[in-house]
Amino acid sequence: MAGFIEKLGNTDRRIIFILIALSVIIPISLNLIFPNPVGAEPSRDLFEYVDALPEGSNVLVSFDYDPSTMPELQPMAEAVVAHLFKKNANVVGMALWPQGASLGQDAMSHMADSLGKVQYEDWCNLGYKSGGGVMIVRLGSSMSAVFPTDKDNVPWSEIPMLRNITDLESFSLIISLSAGDPGIIAWVMMGGDRFGVPIGGGCTAVSAPTLYTYLQTGQMVGMLGGLKGAADYETLVGIKDGQAVRGMAPQSVAHLVIMLFIIIGNVAYFTEKKKGGAR
Amino acid sequence: MRLIIPLVITFTAGMIMILNYFVPHQPFRLLGDNLQEWFLIVASGAIFLGAANLMHVHFRKIRLKLKNWKYSPVTIIGFLVMFVLGLIYGVVEGKPFDFLFLNMVAPMGATMFSLLAFFVASAAFRAFRASNWRATLLLTSAFLVMLGQVPIGAMIWDKIPLAKVWLMSIPNTAGQRAVMIGAAMGVVATSLRIIFGIERSYLGGAD
Amino acid sequence: MNWEILGVWLGALVTFCLYSFLYRDNPFYKFAEHLFVGMSAGYWVIYNIENVLIPNWWQNMVPPEGGFNWIWIIPGIFALFMLARMVPKTAGLSRLALGMIIGAGAGLNMVSFFQTNAMAQVKGTIISVATGSAWDIFSSLVLVVGVVSGLVYFFFSKAHTGVVGKTANVGITILMIAFGASFGYTIMARLSLLIGRCQFLMEDWLPTIPQLLGIGG
Repeated sequence: MAGFIEKLGNTDRRIIFILIALSVIIPISLNLIFPNPVGAEPSRDLFEYVDALPEGSNVLVSFDYDPSTMPELQPMAEAVVAHLFKKNANVVGMALWPQGASLGQDAMSHMADSLGKVQYEDWCNLGYKSGGGVMIVRLGSSMSAVFPTDKDNVPWSEIPMLRNITDLESFSLIISLSAGDPGIIAWVMMGGDRFGVPIGGGCTAVSAPTLYTYLQTGQMVGMLGGLKGAADYETLVGIKDGQAVRGMAPQSVAHLVIMLFIIIGNVAYFTEKKKGGAR
Repeated sequence: MRLIIPLVITFTAGMIMILNYFVPHQPFRLLGDNLQEWFLIVASGAIFLGAANLMHVHFRKIRLKLKNWKYSPVTIIGFLVMFVLGLIYGVVEGKPFDFLFLNMVAPMGATMFSLLAFFVASAAFRAFRASNWRATLLLTSAFLVMLGQVPIGAMIWDKIPLAKVWLMSIPNTAGQRAVMIGAAMGVVATSLRIIFGIERSYLGGAD
Repeated sequence: MNWEILGVWLGALVTFCLYSFLYRDNPFYKFAEHLFVGMSAGYWVIYNIENVLIPNWWQNMVPPEGGFNWIWIIPGIFALFMLARMVPKTAGLSRLALGMIIGAGAGLNMVSFFQTNAMAQVKGTIISVATGSAWDIFSSLVLVVGVVSGLVYFFFSKAHTGVVGKTANVGITILMIAFGASFGYTIMARLSLLIGRCQFLMEDWLPTIPQLLGIGG
């Protein structure tokens, strides 16, 4: 028995890779969907804040991520944009990361097509700007100085929905979907604490533990953390067959598999340690 | 002299940003606005530097036939294809540049980082040992979060998600906040050292 | 030409090339890795030209309505100074541009980090002491004690002995719980990325095979 456990502890890593892959592939192929109850989570806080926005509110959505974190943040982006469109908010998109501009365009145009929203009347994509936090400070005094045109070089003055937007304080809410720096923290520092605009966020699961500090102080009104946050928001918004909700079953199975690996690794370790001590 | 002018520029830029924060009126407002707009353009220059350096490295690899030099043309061609298509067609949705981004760059970027899932599982199996009570506490906290974050946790016991929320809101926030405050003090100290020219490491390496 | 199916197959092809690394390093992986680096760099350069240089520099310097604003030559020159780093003889000029970037960043960070990550966090800790139920009071005390003891742990100017040592030990314990939570979330993050790719391969790519073979609908 001890020999078997020792052997188990020295398993080739490619076996582990195969087991991890199967733990994800099998639930997806079986189309397994687990119910996703949403408790008193920061994701519910963000949903309720957005839900309480008056119709016609200006909301800035900043797509601060790249394809490496797309599986977590793209479903979040689509769910948030869908909710804003359903609330008839004026959605202004932008990005602090170059690739976020394209990914944000993909999310907004996809949701706009399905919900009948018109570009330049209900939504627009201002595109990417370099500069991170310094650029955000400039947005605080003039949006059009930083974005004289949108992503596709349409002048600011020719976009009807931007007529009553002058600076960051014209927005009722800023939502940053962020994979790192510059991202939510820059928005909290410059947009929130400096100019007093409420900040909401969606982030990768890696960043989520740190951002809980901003939730507790009220510097953020709500937060979507990782794929679970995206699944929560899809559930609350009522998106049928959302990508994040479908991802919860493989996520659950894979978590159990990894927990099992850790337990087996520890059992093997302690067995070997005991064997070494007995000698 | 070669250090004094950059240090003066650093000091001036730093002081303009600080004064702009505390005195948002003229003339600091105008100085701050201009500096912030110029910052965007100069920061953009850094991107071009990165691209130029990338091309330089790969051309050099080909010229000197260094390790893996046969793959360098792939990098150069990939860069040129995106560059030329972007210049000709622009970044508008539905054009070749956007098509290649969504169907090649995005999948490659997503796949690169998804490889980490395998390596983190392997590393957790081999290295995560509850060798003392604090490591066991770390492991317990990790397990609670891993179960609480997925629907299966609620299926096992409906209190697991609540416990996870408490763990994230209280002990996790406390620990993260302690690190955050300490790091913020470090940033303030380093920023002051940079502005006053005591810290000059960022100017090195350009001789 | 069905561009959608072509796009899906291109995505699947590069995905498999990269996943081949799990078996071992091989030419397919190296090819895809080098292609990714080159294409990403091209993307970044184009977006900086289209979304930053043209609207924010060129159109300010040479407005569409005519004229020439000389002052905008200055940031253009500084941006060129960045590139001067490539040529050894002129590399020193890059210090001027770096000075501007680093100085502005330092000036902004000094104030912002202090306000957001220090003062607001301290305020949040002080006013968190609740007066509600026994559980709320207990939770808020854990928060306050956790923050203070964590900060004491990071204070290395005094030896961690006596009262300071015991407080620092409490701090390490709280930090271990926080790091455990971070570890759990990191595992989740990495797996989510894998789930995303598997969903693409199984839900977007696999169904195209019967389509191409003329099987099914």
